[in-house]
Amino acid sequence: MSGSRGAKALIAFGSLVLAGACSKGGESAGGGAAATPAAAAAFPVDTTTAATVTGRVAFTGTKPAMARIDMSEEATCAAKHAGGAFAETVVVNDNGTLRNVFVYVKSGLPANLVFPVPSTPVEIDQDGCMYTPHVFGIQVGQTLNILNADGLLHNIKALPTVNRPFNISQPTNMTTPRSFTSAEVMVPLQCNVHSWMNAFVGVLPHPYFAVSGADGTFRIGRLPPGTYVIEAWQEHLGTQTATVTVAANETKDVAFTFHS
Amino acid sequence: MHWWFPTNASSYGGEIDSLFVLILYITGTVFVVVEVTLLVFLFRYRKQEGRKASYIEGSTRAEIIWTTIPAVVCAFLGIFSQPLWSRIKDPARIPADASPIDVMAKQFEWHFTYPGPDGQLGTADDFEKRNELHVVVHRKYQVRLQSEDVIHSFFIPAFRLKQDAVPGMQIHAWFEPTITGEYELGCAELCGLGHYRMRSRVFVQTAEEFAAWQAAQIAPAAPAPTDSTANTRRTAR
Amino acid sequence: MTTAGVAAGEVGHAHHDDRPFIRKYVFSTDHKIIGIQFLFLSLFFLLVGGVLAMLIRWQLGFPGRAMPLPGLWPRAMAPDGVVLPEFYTALVTMHGTFMVFFAIMPLLVGVFANYLIPLKIGAPDMAFPKLNMWSFWLMIPAGGLMLAGFFVEGGTAASGWTAYAPLSANPEYTGATYGQQLWCFSIIVFALSSLLGSVNYITTIINLRAPGMTWFRLPLSIWALFITAILALLAVPILAGAIIMLLFDIILHTHFFMPAGGGQPLMWQHLFWFFGHPEVYILILPAMGITSDLLANGSRKPIFGYHSMVYAIIGIAFLGWVVWGHHMFQSGMNPRLGTTFMVSTMFIAVPSAIKVFNWLGTMWKGSITFTTPMLNAIAFVAMFTIGGLSGIFMAATPVDMYIHDTYFIVAHIHYVLFGGSLFAIFGGIYFWFPSMFGKMMNEKLGKIHFALTFITYNLVFFPMHILGIGGHMRRIYDPSQYAFLKPLQPLNTFISVSAFALFVSQLPFMWNFFHSLFWGKKAEMNPWHDNGLEWTVQSPPPHGNFAVTPTVYHGPYEYSRPDMEADFLPQNQPLPASAHAAAH
Repeated sequence: MSGSRGAKALIAFGSLVLAGACSKGGESAGGGAAATPAAAAAFPVDTTTAATVTGRVAFTGTKPAMARIDMSEEATCAAKHAGGAFAETVVVNDNGTLRNVFVYVKSGLPANLVFPVPSTPVEIDQDGCMYTPHVFGIQVGQTLNILNADGLLHNIKALPTVNRPFNISQPTNMTTPRSFTSAEVMVPLQCNVHSWMNAFVGVLPHPYFAVSGADGTFRIGRLPPGTYVIEAWQEHLGTQTATVTVAANETKDVAFTFHS
Repeated sequence: MHWWFPTNASSYGGEIDSLFVLILYITGTVFVVVEVTLLVFLFRYRKQEGRKASYIEGSTRAEIIWTTIPAVVCAFLGIFSQPLWSRIKDPARIPADASPIDVMAKQFEWHFTYPGPDGQLGTADDFEKRNELHVVVHRKYQVRLQSEDVIHSFFIPAFRLKQDAVPGMQIHAWFEPTITGEYELGCAELCGLGHYRMRSRVFVQTAEEFAAWQAAQIAPAAPAPTDSTANTRRTAR
Repeated sequence: MTTAGVAAGEVGHAHHDDRPFIRKYVFSTDHKIIGIQFLFLSLFFLLVGGVLAMLIRWQLGFPGRAMPLPGLWPRAMAPDGVVLPEFYTALVTMHGTFMVFFAIMPLLVGVFANYLIPLKIGAPDMAFPKLNMWSFWLMIPAGGLMLAGFFVEGGTAASGWTAYAPLSANPEYTGATYGQQLWCFSIIVFALSSLLGSVNYITTIINLRAPGMTWFRLPLSIWALFITAILALLAVPILAGAIIMLLFDIILHTHFFMPAGGGQPLMWQHLFWFFGHPEVYILILPAMGITSDLLANGSRKPIFGYHSMVYAIIGIAFLGWVVWGHHMFQSGMNPRLGTTFMVSTMFIAVPSAIKVFNWLGTMWKGSITFTTPMLNAIAFVAMFTIGGLSGIFMAATPVDMYIHDTYFIVAHIHYVLFGGSLFAIFGGIYFWFPSMFGKMMNEKLGKIHFALTFITYNLVFFPMHILGIGGHMRRIYDPSQYAFLKPLQPLNTFISVSAFALFVSQLPFMWNFFHSLFWGKKAEMNPWHDNGLEWTVQSPPPHGNFAVTPTVYHGPYEYSRPDMEADFLPQNQPLPASAHAAAH
């Protein structure tokens, strides 16, 4: 990370001196480059023969208690959590499944497939001094709308290793668009004004990702037939992988189990 | 103190205010003398027909006088300020009976670690509080300042106390609050985009109030949920 | 050029100046052209710094309110016209940087040192004209690099003009990855420019003085510029060195200032202020010199105590090296060291006091004409006095504990750098404009500019003392976040409105400057009846300055000699015979 950042900086400096060029930053440049060919292209997989991978993320062992967050000093946010606020490091659903697990196709896709960038933006809200959603996926070049429903200062610091880091702020209710230029699982987001606030975003060049919900299930559809390595990522419990082969129009179940 | 000073609420704040006022009197006198002289000269010696400027190249005596007086006054101010400075900031002179509080500054929060009922830091009953400093009136405190990332500055205007917190260093400062009430602590050294909001409330309490607050902090919290009912916001979106 | 006869005549008038346009006005080695180039460039940067100040004042006066023309502002800086906190810290950083390094310092040193030194000491040009040209042309990439920060991702440097590490040393802390690097590169190039200039000024003053121009016949402006050049020569490399270390920390991830690897954040402050305090005197000494020249001229009197004025400049220059710690009383530096720095700081007030009293002595029993240059010089004395006196508060360490990093400091620095330096700069521009361009600036407009500036300037900066006493911290984006600052908000709004008025008050100057450049009244020979050698030649002086090397017979302040009819005596004219008789 460190070396490449330095090298990039030097290159950027050099190009500035030589060309006097000033880009508005990776946001537009990256998004534009990815969007132009993709916008013209249709979805590259024949959906009439596409396969689906579904599954569920189970949890065994003792349920860890969610740590209580002391928001007392931030009255606006504390008021939004009548029953108290809790850290979402490990969230176990009532049915014994895990929530907020990022499941995605890690490898196996034909290299020649280029997926269009969805025109609908992904939203992340800062509400009650918590990020909603806490874990989510996004495609390279897709717009991420960062919302601030709290009306007080949040900063959003992204700490990627492949993408360009950023550190921006929202002093009041507002929406800020961003996007990512390269695939990276996962990019941590954090707020320095409220040190408990964190979120994770998985950036992928394809749409084959999902996050386990309140019932612990996930579903990845529209896959071309083939053999895939599927990875499940949990911020505290680590990652697990499974290999699955799907034929045309087939739906296969993949089970992941994390242990405390 | 009066004028625009915030109310002083620490044992040494009054002395700092007095020193400020003393310097204000001295500099104010010089200011008035210089500016009035200037205005008088501008009027008195404005160009007039038939009067030529006097050819004066200087006066050694006058210059000795106005070299000596500022030197003496400045030396006096230096000597006069030194004991107060050393009493407040000299690490060797921090009162031995001061209660310790650990302060960890980070972008953009103040984290305070308080000793539990045993009064000792580094024991099991220590507890932490974000952005709230609670102290007992008329008790001396020693804050041990550290920073996690960049330089911050611990500034309580009502106590007239300012001390930078520097990463890689532990810097000690002390104060003794004298009036109960709620005050503010701000960061006084540019520390990033959230610098303006790196603030904490300061509560100067009676011993009883403090004890009650402390007990509430140590008491085991209600059992935390593990399931999906947690974190349901009241705001409907 | 049809006939040989006409051609010969033209050559005669042009003083054999047959340089092509590009050598004459663009890549010129003539110190006068370079001085004028510096004038245009640094006035431009003064405008940039002023605009940035207006944005700062908008946010402080009307926190969170959208600026005019909300659609024009880039999203990353001010979406819908509302200044973002990261943009605010960038504004604060860039305002300080542009004003200190690209406006005040080049205005004083680049403009007046270049223009005045050879003319006032009777030299044809600088000792190293080509280095001099490089000194100017390096300022273009330096300023360009600094401005480029506004166009890169993450914005400009945002760690303050003092670039305190670790905030400046890791882009993660500010989000300004390239901006901080551009800041470093820009200042390094600036340092090179400054060094080339300093070497030139020092060599020129030592070696190229006209016959009879002894050290104690030098005008005080030249003395001040000489000492300033020495300070810059010694101080600026320290800054450049520190910044190279900072760049290593940023790019190569060394740990000079990063505690994680055993580095010392306080070392940056020591290095920065070891440069920074002499820098403060670099920013004020030339202004003092200019003021001395203008006051003597405007009072038609010799400067009071010429020798002690020179010794005061030298004294400030020496003491200036041992006071840097007074910027660091609350930094975590050993408090006992603080006591030492308090004492040295108290003593540096003495030479400044001597200068103020000597200026008053100069006006005493004078015959004061209120020309625009003189008005600005008088304002310098009045305002520098306030700036100097407010410094005493910070020198007293216990008081500094309270007012350090508050608006009291902001008020102090602006009373010195605006009330002091900038008034002297305005005075100097009005005074030497005729020599530079052969045209007079309009006196009436000049007086309007002066009056408006003087009033609005005080309305802006004097109330800042009150904010500081109220505990108002520096560099905070939104003071309304603090309950104890809420009662001070109307004062903040008042200051902002006054600041906008101060900005508008510069319009008469801009109009006057450019209008006079083209349509100004033609300057007569020696319009101010000054004694300087620059007025003994035509305006603007020809290439090579003096047709015959002048001989200097006496000091620069022979005004209103009782044994003469005229109230001035240029330095190249001998004293009246009676003076010689009296001396024997």
